[in-house]
Amino acid sequence: MSTMEHAGDLPGWVALLVSAFLVIGAGLTLVGTIGFARLPTFYERIHAPTLGTSWGTGGIVMASMIFFTVLSTRPVVHEILIGIFVTVTTPVTLMLLARAALHRDRSEGNPNVPAEAPAEDPVPGE
Amino acid sequence: MLPYPLLSASLVLMWLALNGFTLGHLLLGCIVSVFASWGMAALRPAEPHFGKWYLLPKLFAVVLYDIVLSNIAVVWLIVTGGRRERRSGFVTVPLDLENPIGLAVLAVVVTSTPGTAWLEYNSVRRTVLIHVLDLVDEAEWQHLIKTRYEALLMEIFR
Amino acid sequence: MSHTILLWSVAFAQVCLAIAMALAALRMFRGPRAQDRVLALDTLYVNSMLLLMVFGIRTGKTIYFEASLVIGMLGFVATVALAKFLMRGEVIE
Repeated sequence: MSTMEHAGDLPGWVALLVSAFLVIGAGLTLVGTIGFARLPTFYERIHAPTLGTSWGTGGIVMASMIFFTVLSTRPVVHEILIGIFVTVTTPVTLMLLARAALHRDRSEGNPNVPAEAPAEDPVPGE
Repeated sequence: MLPYPLLSASLVLMWLALNGFTLGHLLLGCIVSVFASWGMAALRPAEPHFGKWYLLPKLFAVVLYDIVLSNIAVVWLIVTGGRRERRSGFVTVPLDLENPIGLAVLAVVVTSTPGTAWLEYNSVRRTVLIHVLDLVDEAEWQHLIKTRYEALLMEIFR
Repeated sequence: MSHTILLWSVAFAQVCLAIAMALAALRMFRGPRAQDRVLALDTLYVNSMLLLMVFGIRTGKTIYFEASLVIGMLGFVATVALAKFLMRGEVIE
């Protein structure tokens, strides 16, 4: 194992804080992906990766921010951009995928998904 | 010159955060943000109408708290596996919220909370179909979405 | 003491994320349907992004941060394009 010389002058409590955030973030991501591999249907599986994209990413982003802020003695806010980016983009991809899956299931006549609600009144003349 | 001052300001901030603060990058970031806001103006997005915008931090705090709780709940579900009877299913929630930006925020909130996923919005019937991982009672979820998030969002976005 | 704990937790995080990537890859091969594979690819992107950030902490170099930002952006665009493809059968309408 490498010795991480660059972290030599890190105060002890900061090292502990960074470790805690790293373990929480990586652990949550792992549990989310285990769920993703184990859950039986697609609509259940779609919930599992959000563990990794909410507090999984949050934990590792916090660890990285604290680590580099203390080491370079100036506030490092780079990582917030990744956090915001992941928070904004994940729901978009999940929604698009879920709608695609609904569309595919409905066009195949899968009985396990709710039918598309019809528009109330068809516009006359169309 | 600046159709979207807030957008331009946050673009400059992001540019400086990525590249480090120097005078040259400040100038370059300003130029980029001006052109980007012109591009945004060419798209003509819907004008957002903020009501009680000062409630945004409250929404942020509520969502952060709920994400922590549902993270724990979903971790528990996955770790304990199929030891207990669990039912997941679809719930249709009728919505009173009409503001497109409010709906977008609600969709992001519902989807980024583990355990619930926003599937599709029906703009004619004004209902949304969500999928819940651990569905105990449909009415409870409808009530939760309407009182916890929608009421707050309707005050923020008129 | 706390330095050793940091070393071990960085190693733990790397192992966790590597296992997570392997599981996502497994789901990508098993499918069973196209939407499962696309979701697995998206999970793989997010996990590799996080792994690069842990590498950044381990080596103390900020270049890994840039790499993870690029992976995040490319992953988002790729997943959106694939989801559109699943919905309509074509990417550009």
